[in-house]
Amino acid sequence: MYSQGLIGADSETEESEEFLAAFQARIDREEKIEPNDPMPQGYRKTLVRQIGQHAHSEIVGMLPEGNWITRAPTLRRKIALLAKVQDEGGHGLYLYCAAETLGVSREQMTEELLSGKAKYSSIFNYPTPSWADIGAIGWLVDGAAIMNQVPLCRCSFGPYARAMVRVCKEESFHQRQGYELMMTLTEGTDAQREMAQDALNRWWWPSLMMFGPHDSESSNSDQSMLWKIKRFSNDELRQKFVDATVPQAERIGLTVPDPDLKWNPEKNDGEGGYDFGAIDWDEFWRVVKGGGPMNRDRIAARTKAWEDGAWVREAALAHAEKRKQRMQAAKVAAE
Amino acid sequence: MSKQPASTPLWEVFIRPRNGLNHKHVGSLHAADGDLALQAARDVYTRRGEGNSIWVVLSKEIIASDPDLSEENFDPSSDKIYRHPSFYEIPDDIGHM
Repeated sequence: MYSQGLIGADSETEESEEFLAAFQARIDREEKIEPNDPMPQGYRKTLVRQIGQHAHSEIVGMLPEGNWITRAPTLRRKIALLAKVQDEGGHGLYLYCAAETLGVSREQMTEELLSGKAKYSSIFNYPTPSWADIGAIGWLVDGAAIMNQVPLCRCSFGPYARAMVRVCKEESFHQRQGYELMMTLTEGTDAQREMAQDALNRWWWPSLMMFGPHDSESSNSDQSMLWKIKRFSNDELRQKFVDATVPQAERIGLTVPDPDLKWNPEKNDGEGGYDFGAIDWDEFWRVVKGGGPMNRDRIAARTKAWEDGAWVREAALAHAEKRKQRMQAAKVAAE
Repeated sequence: MSKQPASTPLWEVFIRPRNGLNHKHVGSLHAADGDLALQAARDVYTRRGEGNSIWVVLSKEIIASDPDLSEENFDPSSDKIYRHPSFYEIPDDIGHM
Protein backbone atom coordinates (compact mmCIF):
# COMPACT_ATOMS: atom_id res chain seq x y z
CA MET A 1 0.00 0.00 0.00
CA TYR A 2 2.67 2.45 0.82
CA SER A 3 5.12 3.61 -1.72
CA GLN A 4 6.94 6.83 -1.15
CA GLY A 5 9.00 8.96 -3.44
CA LEU A 6 12.19 6.93 -3.88
CA ILE A 7 14.81 7.82 -1.30
CA GLY A 8 18.35 8.13 -2.61
CA ALA A 9 18.40 6.22 -5.89
CA ASP A 10 21.55 5.72 -7.88
CA SER A 11 20.55 5.60 -11.51
CA GLU A 12 24.08 5.81 -12.92
CA THR A 13 24.67 3.44 -15.74
CA GLU A 14 27.63 2.43 -17.91
CA GLU A 15 26.26 1.01 -21.13
CA SER A 16 27.00 2.27 -24.64
CA GLU A 17 24.99 5.14 -26.09
CA GLU A 18 23.63 2.73 -28.67
CA PHE A 19 22.35 0.27 -26.09
CA LEU A 20 20.77 3.03 -24.02
CA ALA A 21 19.10 4.59 -27.05
CA ALA A 22 17.64 1.22 -28.12
CA PHE A 23 16.35 0.64 -24.61
CA GLN A 24 14.84 4.12 -24.45
CA ALA A 25 13.16 3.51 -27.80
CA ARG A 26 11.46 0.41 -26.39
CA ILE A 27 10.28 2.41 -23.37
CA ASP A 28 9.02 5.20 -25.62
CA ARG A 29 7.01 2.66 -27.62
CA GLU A 30 5.37 1.71 -24.29
CA GLU A 31 6.83 -1.80 -24.50
CA LYS A 32 6.97 -3.45 -21.08
CA ILE A 33 10.37 -4.66 -19.90
CA GLU A 34 10.38 -8.24 -18.58
CA PRO A 35 12.94 -9.75 -16.17
CA ASN A 36 15.21 -11.49 -18.70
CA ASP A 37 15.27 -8.61 -21.17
CA PRO A 38 18.47 -6.62 -21.53
CA MET A 39 18.28 -3.45 -19.43
CA PRO A 40 20.69 -0.75 -18.25
CA GLN A 41 22.32 -1.37 -14.87
CA GLY A 42 20.87 1.92 -13.64
CA TYR A 43 17.34 0.83 -14.54
CA ARG A 44 17.83 -2.45 -12.69
CA LYS A 45 19.36 -0.78 -9.62
CA THR A 46 16.67 1.89 -9.45
CA LEU A 47 13.94 -0.73 -9.60
CA VAL A 48 15.56 -3.05 -7.06
CA ARG A 49 15.83 -0.15 -4.67
CA GLN A 50 12.37 1.25 -5.33
CA ILE A 51 10.51 -2.09 -5.24
CA GLY A 52 12.53 -3.11 -2.18
CA GLN A 53 11.65 0.11 -0.33
CA HIS A 54 8.06 -0.36 -1.33
CA ALA A 55 7.97 -3.98 -0.09
CA HIS A 56 9.66 -3.06 3.20
CA SER A 57 7.11 -0.27 3.65
CA GLU A 58 4.26 -2.75 3.34
CA ILE A 59 5.79 -5.10 5.88
CA VAL A 60 6.81 -2.42 8.40
CA GLY A 61 3.42 -0.81 7.77
CA MET A 62 1.73 -3.80 9.39
CA LEU A 63 3.19 -2.76 12.77
CA PRO A 64 1.47 0.57 13.60
CA GLU A 65 -1.93 -0.90 12.74
CA GLY A 66 -1.29 -4.32 14.22
CA ASN A 67 -0.87 -2.41 17.47
CA TRP A 68 -4.68 -1.93 17.58
CA ILE A 69 -6.04 -5.31 16.46
CA THR A 70 -6.58 -6.61 19.98
CA ARG A 71 -8.15 -3.32 21.09
CA ALA A 72 -10.51 -2.62 18.17
CA PRO A 73 -13.79 -1.36 19.67
CA THR A 74 -16.14 -3.79 17.88
CA LEU A 75 -15.92 -7.15 16.14
CA ARG A 76 -16.75 -5.44 12.82
CA ARG A 77 -13.81 -3.09 13.21
CA LYS A 78 -11.56 -5.91 14.32
CA ILE A 79 -12.19 -8.19 11.33
CA ALA A 80 -11.76 -5.24 8.96
CA LEU A 81 -8.44 -4.27 10.55
CA LEU A 82 -7.23 -7.88 10.55
CA ALA A 83 -8.08 -8.18 6.85
CA LYS A 84 -6.33 -4.90 6.10
CA VAL A 85 -3.14 -5.85 7.95
CA GLN A 86 -3.18 -9.25 6.21
CA ASP A 87 -3.47 -7.43 2.87
CA GLU A 88 -0.40 -5.34 3.71
CA GLY A 89 1.54 -8.53 4.33
CA GLY A 90 0.34 -9.85 0.97
CA HIS A 91 1.34 -6.62 -0.77
CA GLY A 92 4.82 -6.92 0.70
CA LEU A 93 5.09 -10.45 -0.67
CA TYR A 94 3.92 -9.52 -4.20
CA LEU A 95 6.53 -6.77 -4.22
CA TYR A 96 9.42 -8.85 -2.85
CA CYS A 97 8.70 -11.36 -5.63
CA ALA A 98 8.73 -8.60 -8.24
CA ALA A 99 12.12 -7.41 -6.93
CA GLU A 100 13.45 -10.98 -6.93
CA THR A 101 12.88 -11.23 -10.68
CA LEU A 102 15.70 -8.67 -10.96
CA GLY A 103 18.21 -10.98 -9.31
CA VAL A 104 18.16 -9.87 -5.68
CA SER A 105 17.36 -12.53 -3.05
CA ARG A 106 14.71 -12.31 -0.35
CA GLU A 107 17.34 -12.96 2.33
CA GLN A 108 19.46 -10.10 1.02
CA MET A 109 16.51 -7.71 1.07
CA THR A 110 15.54 -8.77 4.59
CA GLU A 111 19.09 -8.27 5.80
CA GLU A 112 19.21 -4.81 4.24
CA LEU A 113 16.00 -3.83 6.00
CA LEU A 114 17.15 -5.11 9.39
CA SER A 115 20.62 -3.56 9.12
CA GLY A 116 19.09 -0.19 8.20
CA LYS A 117 20.75 -0.16 4.77
CA ALA A 118 17.39 -0.27 2.98
CA LYS A 119 14.84 2.44 3.67
CA TYR A 120 11.08 2.25 4.06
CA SER A 121 8.39 4.90 4.06
CA SER A 122 9.06 7.44 6.82
CA ILE A 123 5.36 7.49 7.74
CA PHE A 124 5.62 4.25 9.72
CA ASN A 125 8.03 5.76 12.18
CA TYR A 126 5.18 7.65 13.82
CA PRO A 127 3.28 6.09 16.72
CA THR A 128 -0.43 5.14 16.84
CA PRO A 129 -1.48 6.19 20.35
CA SER A 130 -5.24 6.41 19.69
CA TRP A 131 -7.89 4.38 17.85
CA ALA A 132 -8.52 7.36 15.55
CA ASP A 133 -4.98 6.86 14.21
CA ILE A 134 -6.23 3.68 12.55
CA GLY A 135 -8.84 5.77 10.74
CA ALA A 136 -6.28 8.44 9.82
CA ILE A 137 -3.86 5.83 8.44
CA GLY A 138 -6.50 4.20 6.25
CA TRP A 139 -7.87 7.49 5.00
CA LEU A 140 -4.68 9.55 4.60
CA VAL A 141 -1.76 7.13 4.40
CA ASP A 142 -3.52 4.62 2.16
CA GLY A 143 -5.05 7.54 0.29
CA ALA A 144 -1.60 8.99 -0.41
CA ALA A 145 -0.34 5.54 -1.35
CA ILE A 146 -3.17 5.11 -3.88
CA MET A 147 -2.20 8.41 -5.55
CA ASN A 148 1.33 7.07 -5.89
CA GLN A 149 0.43 3.54 -6.87
CA VAL A 150 -2.26 3.97 -9.49
CA PRO A 151 0.28 5.40 -11.98
CA LEU A 152 2.72 2.62 -11.01
CA CYS A 153 0.26 0.13 -12.56
CA ARG A 154 1.59 1.50 -15.88
CA CYS A 155 5.26 1.27 -14.85
CA SER A 156 7.54 0.08 -17.65
CA PHE A 157 8.77 -2.94 -15.68
CA GLY A 158 6.18 -5.71 -16.15
CA PRO A 159 6.40 -7.57 -12.81
CA TYR A 160 6.19 -4.31 -10.81
CA ALA A 161 3.24 -3.07 -12.86
CA ARG A 162 1.40 -6.40 -12.44
CA ALA A 163 2.01 -6.45 -8.69
CA MET A 164 0.66 -2.90 -8.46
CA VAL A 165 -2.53 -3.86 -10.30
CA ARG A 166 -3.23 -6.44 -7.59
CA VAL A 167 -2.29 -4.02 -4.84
CA CYS A 168 -4.48 -1.21 -6.17
CA LYS A 169 -7.51 -3.49 -6.42
CA GLU A 170 -7.21 -4.23 -2.73
CA GLU A 171 -6.26 -0.74 -1.64
CA SER A 172 -9.51 1.13 -2.01
CA PHE A 173 -11.12 -1.01 0.71
CA HIS A 174 -8.38 0.24 3.02
CA GLN A 175 -9.04 3.88 2.36
CA ARG A 176 -12.81 3.52 2.63
CA GLN A 177 -12.63 1.65 5.94
CA GLY A 178 -10.35 4.41 7.31
CA TYR A 179 -12.61 7.23 6.18
CA GLU A 180 -15.71 5.47 7.50
CA LEU A 181 -13.97 5.00 10.84
CA MET A 182 -13.11 8.73 11.01
CA MET A 183 -16.64 9.68 9.97
CA THR A 184 -18.12 7.51 12.72
CA LEU A 185 -15.90 9.22 15.29
CA THR A 186 -16.90 12.69 14.05
CA GLU A 187 -20.56 11.72 14.47
CA GLY A 188 -19.92 10.62 18.07
CA THR A 189 -19.23 12.41 21.34
CA ASP A 190 -17.11 15.54 21.72
CA ALA A 191 -14.24 13.40 22.95
CA GLN A 192 -14.49 11.18 19.86
CA ARG A 193 -14.55 14.21 17.56
CA GLU A 194 -11.48 15.59 19.30
CA MET A 195 -9.76 12.24 18.94
CA ALA A 196 -10.42 12.29 15.18
CA GLN A 197 -9.18 15.89 14.83
CA ASP A 198 -6.07 15.10 16.87
CA ALA A 199 -5.26 12.15 14.59
CA LEU A 200 -5.68 14.33 11.48
CA ASN A 201 -3.41 16.96 13.08
CA ARG A 202 -0.65 14.40 13.60
CA TRP A 203 -0.94 12.51 10.29
CA TRP A 204 -1.56 15.33 7.81
CA TRP A 205 1.99 16.59 7.35
CA PRO A 206 3.70 13.18 7.44
CA SER A 207 1.19 12.07 4.76
CA LEU A 208 2.24 14.96 2.50
CA MET A 209 5.87 13.94 3.06
CA MET A 210 5.09 10.47 1.70
CA PHE A 211 5.31 11.86 -1.83
CA GLY A 212 8.99 12.56 -1.31
CA PRO A 213 11.10 15.72 -1.73
CA HIS A 214 10.07 18.58 -3.99
CA ASP A 215 10.76 18.03 -7.69
CA SER A 216 13.52 20.66 -7.54
CA GLU A 217 15.31 18.57 -4.85
CA SER A 218 14.67 15.16 -6.35
CA SER A 219 17.54 14.65 -8.78
CA ASN A 220 16.85 11.06 -9.83
CA SER A 221 13.19 11.77 -10.54
CA ASP A 222 13.90 12.89 -14.11
CA GLN A 223 15.61 9.65 -15.08
CA SER A 224 12.79 7.61 -13.50
CA MET A 225 10.24 9.59 -15.51
CA LEU A 226 12.24 9.07 -18.70
CA TRP A 227 12.34 5.32 -18.07
CA LYS A 228 8.62 5.43 -17.26
CA ILE A 229 9.12 3.90 -13.86
CA LYS A 230 7.38 7.01 -12.60
CA ARG A 231 4.59 8.74 -14.51
CA PHE A 232 4.02 11.83 -12.37
CA SER A 233 6.40 13.94 -10.32
CA ASN A 234 6.34 14.04 -6.51
CA ASP A 235 4.81 17.53 -6.46
CA GLU A 236 2.12 16.69 -9.02
CA LEU A 237 1.02 13.69 -6.95
CA ARG A 238 1.12 15.66 -3.71
CA GLN A 239 -1.09 18.36 -5.25
CA LYS A 240 -3.60 15.75 -6.44
CA PHE A 241 -3.71 14.29 -2.94
CA VAL A 242 -4.32 17.65 -1.27
CA ASP A 243 -7.03 18.54 -3.79
CA ALA A 244 -8.80 15.22 -3.25
CA THR A 245 -8.46 15.10 0.53
CA VAL A 246 -9.36 18.61 1.73
CA PRO A 247 -13.06 18.31 0.69
CA GLN A 248 -13.20 14.88 2.37
CA ALA A 249 -12.04 16.45 5.64
CA GLU A 250 -14.56 19.29 5.32
CA ARG A 251 -17.36 16.82 4.62
CA ILE A 252 -16.91 15.21 8.05
CA GLY A 253 -16.29 18.48 9.88
CA LEU A 254 -12.54 18.11 10.39
CA THR A 255 -10.01 20.92 9.91
CA VAL A 256 -6.82 20.37 7.96
CA PRO A 257 -4.02 21.66 10.23
CA ASP A 258 -2.55 24.16 7.76
CA PRO A 259 -3.24 27.90 8.26
CA ASP A 260 -1.90 28.58 4.74
CA LEU A 261 -4.34 26.23 3.03
CA LYS A 262 -6.38 28.24 0.53
CA TRP A 263 -8.42 27.54 -2.61
CA ASN A 264 -6.69 28.97 -5.65
CA PRO A 265 -8.93 29.08 -8.75
CA GLU A 266 -5.89 29.66 -11.02
CA LYS A 267 -4.21 26.39 -10.06
CA ASN A 268 -4.14 23.21 -12.20
CA ASP A 269 -4.48 25.19 -15.46
CA GLY A 270 -7.48 27.11 -14.25
CA GLU A 271 -9.38 24.11 -12.87
CA GLY A 272 -8.55 25.26 -9.36
CA GLY A 273 -6.65 23.62 -6.55
CA TYR A 274 -5.39 24.26 -3.05
CA ASP A 275 -2.32 26.25 -2.11
CA PHE A 276 -0.79 24.76 0.98
CA GLY A 277 1.88 25.65 3.55
CA ALA A 278 5.55 24.72 3.68
CA ILE A 279 6.51 21.15 4.54
CA ASP A 280 9.08 20.64 7.31
CA TRP A 281 11.75 18.81 5.32
CA ASP A 282 14.14 18.75 8.25
CA GLU A 283 11.64 16.51 10.01
CA PHE A 284 11.31 14.32 6.91
CA TRP A 285 15.05 13.72 6.63
CA ARG A 286 15.43 13.23 10.37
CA VAL A 287 12.75 10.51 10.32
CA VAL A 288 14.08 8.85 7.15
CA LYS A 289 17.55 8.66 8.70
CA GLY A 290 16.35 6.98 11.86
CA GLY A 291 15.41 9.86 14.13
CA GLY A 292 11.63 9.35 14.12
CA PRO A 293 9.75 8.43 17.28
CA MET A 294 9.37 4.76 16.32
CA ASN A 295 12.33 3.85 14.04
CA ARG A 296 14.05 1.71 16.66
CA ASP A 297 10.84 -0.05 17.71
CA ARG A 298 9.94 -0.91 14.12
CA ILE A 299 13.30 -2.46 13.28
CA ALA A 300 13.44 -4.22 16.66
CA ALA A 301 10.01 -5.77 15.96
CA ARG A 302 11.06 -6.93 12.47
CA THR A 303 14.34 -8.33 13.80
CA LYS A 304 12.52 -10.23 16.54
CA ALA A 305 10.04 -11.68 14.03
CA TRP A 306 12.89 -12.77 11.73
CA GLU A 307 14.93 -14.33 14.52
CA ASP A 308 11.97 -15.96 16.26
CA GLY A 309 10.92 -17.45 12.93
CA ALA A 310 14.34 -18.92 12.16
CA TRP A 311 13.62 -22.32 13.72
CA VAL A 312 10.35 -22.57 11.77
CA ARG A 313 12.12 -21.92 8.47
CA GLU A 314 14.85 -24.41 9.37
CA ALA A 315 12.38 -27.08 10.53
CA ALA A 316 10.25 -26.72 7.40
CA LEU A 317 13.29 -27.16 5.16
CA ALA A 318 14.55 -30.15 7.18
CA HIS A 319 11.10 -31.73 7.02
CA ALA A 320 10.88 -31.18 3.26
CA GLU A 321 14.32 -32.75 2.79
CA LYS A 322 13.43 -35.78 4.96
CA ARG A 323 10.18 -36.37 3.07
CA LYS A 324 11.98 -36.15 -0.25
CA GLN A 325 14.53 -38.75 0.85
CA ARG A 326 11.81 -41.09 2.16
CA MET A 327 9.92 -40.87 -1.10
CA GLN A 328 13.07 -41.61 -3.07
CA ALA A 329 13.86 -44.58 -0.80
CA ALA A 330 10.32 -45.92 -1.26
CA LYS A 331 10.64 -45.55 -5.01
CA VAL A 332 13.95 -47.41 -5.07
CA ALA A 333 12.49 -50.17 -2.86
CA ALA A 334 9.51 -50.55 -5.20
CA GLU A 335 11.70 -50.93 -8.31
CA MET B 1 20.86 -12.41 13.06
CA SER B 2 20.42 -16.16 12.95
CA LYS B 3 22.05 -17.97 10.07
CA GLN B 4 19.92 -19.45 7.30
CA PRO B 5 21.04 -23.00 6.51
CA ALA B 6 19.72 -22.75 2.98
CA SER B 7 17.35 -20.34 1.35
CA THR B 8 13.72 -21.38 1.10
CA PRO B 9 12.93 -22.35 -2.51
CA LEU B 10 10.98 -20.08 -4.86
CA TRP B 11 7.71 -21.34 -6.42
CA GLU B 12 5.65 -19.93 -9.27
CA VAL B 13 1.91 -19.78 -8.64
CA PHE B 14 -0.84 -20.38 -11.23
CA ILE B 15 -4.52 -19.86 -10.52
CA ARG B 16 -7.65 -20.85 -12.43
CA PRO B 17 -10.24 -18.10 -11.86
CA ARG B 18 -13.13 -20.49 -12.55
CA ASN B 19 -13.88 -23.70 -14.42
CA GLY B 20 -13.63 -23.24 -18.16
CA LEU B 21 -10.59 -20.93 -17.97
CA ASN B 22 -6.84 -21.67 -18.01
CA HIS B 23 -4.63 -21.59 -14.99
CA LYS B 24 -2.79 -18.28 -15.23
CA HIS B 25 0.50 -17.20 -13.71
CA VAL B 26 -0.14 -14.76 -10.85
CA GLY B 27 3.21 -14.44 -9.07
CA SER B 28 5.63 -16.35 -6.92
CA LEU B 29 6.42 -17.13 -3.29
CA HIS B 30 8.90 -18.91 -1.04
CA ALA B 31 8.05 -22.19 0.70
CA ALA B 32 9.95 -25.21 1.97
CA ASP B 33 7.84 -27.77 0.07
CA GLY B 34 4.84 -28.15 -2.23
CA ASP B 35 2.26 -28.46 0.55
CA LEU B 36 3.44 -25.28 2.23
CA ALA B 37 3.64 -23.54 -1.14
CA LEU B 38 -0.02 -24.39 -1.82
CA GLN B 39 -1.08 -23.12 1.59
CA ALA B 40 0.89 -19.91 1.18
CA ALA B 41 -0.49 -19.43 -2.36
CA ARG B 42 -4.01 -19.73 -1.00
CA ASP B 43 -3.30 -17.05 1.62
CA VAL B 44 -1.32 -14.69 -0.60
CA TYR B 45 -3.13 -14.93 -3.93
CA THR B 46 -6.78 -15.90 -3.26
CA ARG B 47 -8.10 -13.58 -0.56
CA ARG B 48 -10.95 -12.23 -2.70
CA GLY B 49 -12.38 -15.05 -4.75
CA GLU B 50 -9.58 -15.02 -7.34
CA GLY B 51 -9.92 -18.69 -8.17
CA ASN B 52 -10.95 -22.27 -7.51
CA SER B 53 -7.73 -24.12 -8.31
CA ILE B 54 -4.02 -23.52 -7.66
CA TRP B 55 -0.88 -24.96 -9.26
CA VAL B 56 2.56 -24.39 -7.78
CA VAL B 57 5.78 -25.19 -9.66
CA LEU B 58 9.36 -24.86 -8.44
CA SER B 59 10.74 -21.81 -10.27
CA LYS B 60 14.04 -23.55 -10.99
CA GLU B 61 12.16 -26.36 -12.81
CA ILE B 62 10.77 -23.97 -15.41
CA ILE B 63 12.57 -24.05 -18.74
CA ALA B 64 12.21 -20.70 -20.46
CA SER B 65 13.03 -19.56 -23.98
CA ASP B 66 16.00 -17.24 -24.32
CA PRO B 67 14.96 -13.59 -24.83
CA ASP B 68 18.06 -13.14 -27.03
CA LEU B 69 16.55 -15.67 -29.42
CA SER B 70 13.12 -14.09 -29.48
CA GLU B 71 13.65 -12.67 -32.99
CA GLU B 72 14.53 -16.01 -34.57
CA ASN B 73 11.86 -17.77 -32.52
CA PHE B 74 8.91 -15.49 -33.04
CA ASP B 75 9.48 -13.05 -35.87
CA PRO B 76 9.01 -15.60 -38.71
CA SER B 77 5.34 -15.96 -37.81
CA SER B 78 4.67 -12.32 -38.65
CA ASP B 79 5.60 -12.72 -42.35
CA LYS B 80 3.36 -15.76 -42.90
CA ILE B 81 0.23 -13.82 -43.58
CA TYR B 82 -1.24 -16.81 -45.48
CA ARG B 83 -1.84 -18.38 -42.07
CA HIS B 84 -4.56 -15.82 -41.43
CA PRO B 85 -8.11 -15.99 -42.84
CA SER B 86 -7.98 -12.42 -44.14
CA PHE B 87 -5.32 -13.52 -46.69
CA TYR B 88 -7.97 -15.31 -48.75
CA GLU B 89 -10.38 -13.47 -51.07
CA ILE B 90 -13.95 -14.80 -50.95
CA PRO B 91 -16.91 -13.21 -52.78
CA ASP B 92 -18.97 -10.90 -50.52
CA ASP B 93 -22.24 -12.65 -51.42
CA ILE B 94 -20.97 -15.86 -49.78
CA GLY B 95 -21.52 -14.12 -46.46
CA HIS B 96 -19.71 -15.03 -43.29
CA MET B 97 -17.13 -17.80 -43.63
